[in-house]
Amino acid sequence: MIDVVVLFFILGVFARLVGSDLRLPEALYETLSIYLLLAIGLKGGLELSRQPLLELAPQALAALALGFIIPLLLYPVLRLLRLGTADAAALGAHYGSVSVVTFAVAITALSKAGIAYESHAALWVALMEAPGIVAGILLARRAERSATATDSKTPRAGWWSLSHEVLFGKSVLLLIGGLVIGAIAGDKGIAPIQSVFIDPFKGVLALFLLELGLVAGARLAEVRRFGLTVVLVGLAAPPVLACLGAFTGVMLGLSTGGVAIFATLAASASYIAAPTAMRIAVPQANAALSITAALAVTFPFNLLFGIPLYIALAKAVT
Amino acid sequence: MTTETRHSKTMLVIIAEAVIEKSLIQDALELGTHGWTVSEVHGGSLEGVRDGAWEADRTIELKLICDTAVADTIADHVLETYTPHYSVAMYLSEVRVLRPERF
Repeated sequence: MIDVVVLFFILGVFARLVGSDLRLPEALYETLSIYLLLAIGLKGGLELSRQPLLELAPQALAALALGFIIPLLLYPVLRLLRLGTADAAALGAHYGSVSVVTFAVAITALSKAGIAYESHAALWVALMEAPGIVAGILLARRAERSATATDSKTPRAGWWSLSHEVLFGKSVLLLIGGLVIGAIAGDKGIAPIQSVFIDPFKGVLALFLLELGLVAGARLAEVRRFGLTVVLVGLAAPPVLACLGAFTGVMLGLSTGGVAIFATLAASASYIAAPTAMRIAVPQANAALSITAALAVTFPFNLLFGIPLYIALAKAVT
Repeated sequence: MTTETRHSKTMLVIIAEAVIEKSLIQDALELGTHGWTVSEVHGGSLEGVRDGAWEADRTIELKLICDTAVADTIADHVLETYTPHYSVAMYLSEVRVLRPERF
């Protein structure tokens, strides 16, 4: 049975495909995304307050490394598929970074199935947001340097402004902010705001997925424009990367839920932080190509088929 | 107030992807403009539709009012630096202002 939140996503896609005038106000989209990031952070922070931070170091390092390695692994494969250097690097960065909403759907699926997971998993999400983007930029810049004809007119964003963009951008700031607030406040401190930040989580997620369905639905037409490459990458990369994520989770000795989350994070592609960062850092890459793969192919795939698959995989290997 | 107190300036309007807002403003200030106004817009062009449905799809309209020479310099700079890779539309128009020292 498909989770109820996923049905909202399907409704959004349907609305766009039939040309409905349904459109969520932008301010609401903004509010919902802030809410989800903070709520995910707070939930994870509560767990952080209960355990020694040093024990989490191996997981934190593994999350960082996994995010960084994914673009490096994807890059040669994407080059073989005849993508240009900038496009291969940018697309790799999208897959190296993570989708917070895919994570949110994965944890609701785990809760529904009664599978326990490490409650501080939000920390992994926050850590995996940036490394893939950094790796993608490094790949693009290295390729650009070795190219004989460099385009001197390409605006060059400095590392400082880029790291500012990524580390203090909305996603990482709110996730880490929520984690810290949750860790400081603990269960007692969170209790008075629980009715706002913890209980309505799934309802808000459903509303946000309706909006994402509209956005993804609008992107579906683009899939045809890019042809088989985007479909191939968007469908084949997630399950392969999920295996890498699951393997990492098993090596870390995580619970079944934790392994499923690591697999999901590895399989997910960013469509918020990465597009913005890559647009600034690697403007010569075709932004529509990466966004279409991440949002119109991989995101729906993960929601409908990927997450149940990764949970089954986690059950099999733990 | 008479029309003699009106002064001619040039308004440069740049419609561009929101991701380059900060660097456009920084460049414009460095090239001599004193102020700017930004609003979020959505629309389409030959390159496609940008309906601003989520972060990566936002479009801004940046209005700069300055001396003609400054506006031309900024427009040329944007044309050369940003248009090869970013979605940008620009136009210039003559405007009359009341307090020229502000621009």
